[in-house]
Amino acid sequence: MRAAVDVRNLAVLRGGRTVVEGLSFQVQRGQIVGLLGPSGCGKSTLMRALVGVQQNVTGTCEVLGVPAGSASLRRRVSYMTQDASVYINLTVTENLEYFAAVLGVGRDRVCLVLEEVGLQIEKHSLVSDLSGGQRNRVSLAVALLGEPELLVLDEPTVGLDPVLRRDLWAQFRRLASRGVTLLVSSHVMEEASECDRILVMRNGQLIADDGEEQLLARTSTNNITDAFLVLVNLNNAVESVPDA
Amino acid sequence: MRKRTDNPLQQRSVLIATAARVLSQLRHDGRSVALILGAPVLLLGLLSWVLSGQPGVFDEWGALLLGVFPLLLMFVVTSVATLRERSGGTLERLVTMPMSKIDFLGGYGLAFGVAAVLQALIASALTFSVFGLTIAAPVGSVVLIAVLNALLGTSLGLFASAFASTEFQAVQMLPMLLLPQFLLCGIISPTSSMPQLLEWISTVLPMTYSVDAMKQLTIQSEVTGEVWRDIGVLVGFIFAFLAAGASTLKRRTP
Repeated sequence: MRAAVDVRNLAVLRGGRTVVEGLSFQVQRGQIVGLLGPSGCGKSTLMRALVGVQQNVTGTCEVLGVPAGSASLRRRVSYMTQDASVYINLTVTENLEYFAAVLGVGRDRVCLVLEEVGLQIEKHSLVSDLSGGQRNRVSLAVALLGEPELLVLDEPTVGLDPVLRRDLWAQFRRLASRGVTLLVSSHVMEEASECDRILVMRNGQLIADDGEEQLLARTSTNNITDAFLVLVNLNNAVESVPDA
Repeated sequence: MRKRTDNPLQQRSVLIATAARVLSQLRHDGRSVALILGAPVLLLGLLSWVLSGQPGVFDEWGALLLGVFPLLLMFVVTSVATLRERSGGTLERLVTMPMSKIDFLGGYGLAFGVAAVLQALIASALTFSVFGLTIAAPVGSVVLIAVLNALLGTSLGLFASAFASTEFQAVQMLPMLLLPQFLLCGIISPTSSMPQLLEWISTVLPMTYSVDAMKQLTIQSEVTGEVWRDIGVLVGFIFAFLAAGASTLKRRTP
């Protein structure tokens, strides 16, 4: 089977500036890939390129065997933006029922995803009455609605309490075991331990692409935050050597 | 957005779901409903009171403004609502889903169209029954023009929201796009008495046709050919702005 994501020499120009440059990586199906890096490093831009809403993308960017953004992907790829993109002046259920209608899935999926994100009690509340973390869960529930083959989730665990965060990662793991591919961004470095593989970005470039253990071993550190710092130093050192 | 490849029935169901969703959003927002349905009535009531000392003057002005007020209000409501969709991330989410431009714009058009029709009907009903507007032509023809104006406001609002990046800017579109039309449409001074250049400009502005139609209906006892022409032009503008709105919906954004 073709790779779930195949990115080669991807670059994105935004506001006259190259915000993502020379990215190349492949993701096999059923993998959970963590996309880590500081705020502003290009994580969201990369994700927007993968779901086909980013302008000025050059290089190869294929998803499930076809170019990102192809019409055939609209049911197979789901995307959760960084800010909760749901209607705040609708109830939780009304939001989910609307997106279910757009995706053409049944109402049974609505009940199911409500349970998965732990929002049964709030299901008749207006989203505007919910906390930031709860709004994010509504947004995540929408992303889970259509039973996609690839989930692109931009910071899905922001504002979640540790119990929910754990449950959610367990949920991601169950999805992956069914062959669903997940690309999950986070600026919380510790979440790396939940992923099969970690892509670390900085200043629009990929500075590491490895499993957590290998990454820690390679940098001789015992947590991802330290590993990141070591990687940044290495990266800076490489940059400052003129054509060595 | 997606080319429409599925069967048409399934596609229409997305359009209707979108319209139902927009109406649900309105339903949860009592103040907006009160504004949409109540404001034209209040304004026309105020106008009839202002002019109550001058017999016959409200009959001239009432019909004209019965057309203009729904246009202004629906423009503001629609442009802000669609701007929220663009800036709130929900539009970006929708374009990654199986939804066509027709579903999106059609859904908005249908939902606000329903609101617009209700608004125009309520405003017309009260203007004729309570405020005592009397006109020469059949009442239904004035109601039709009022409804078309409200729909025009909706389609223009859908289009204009593309050029605003904040709600603050969206509201400023009113003085930019609609108030010049108000000055040039023939309410302040007949278009034929304006300088030639302004008269030409007035002929490409939609409000000119709605005001012309209303003027005709207040003095003619039947719906003349000129009124039918105005109606045709208004319908044309409504669809033209919807199409222009569609061209501003982009899947890929910076």
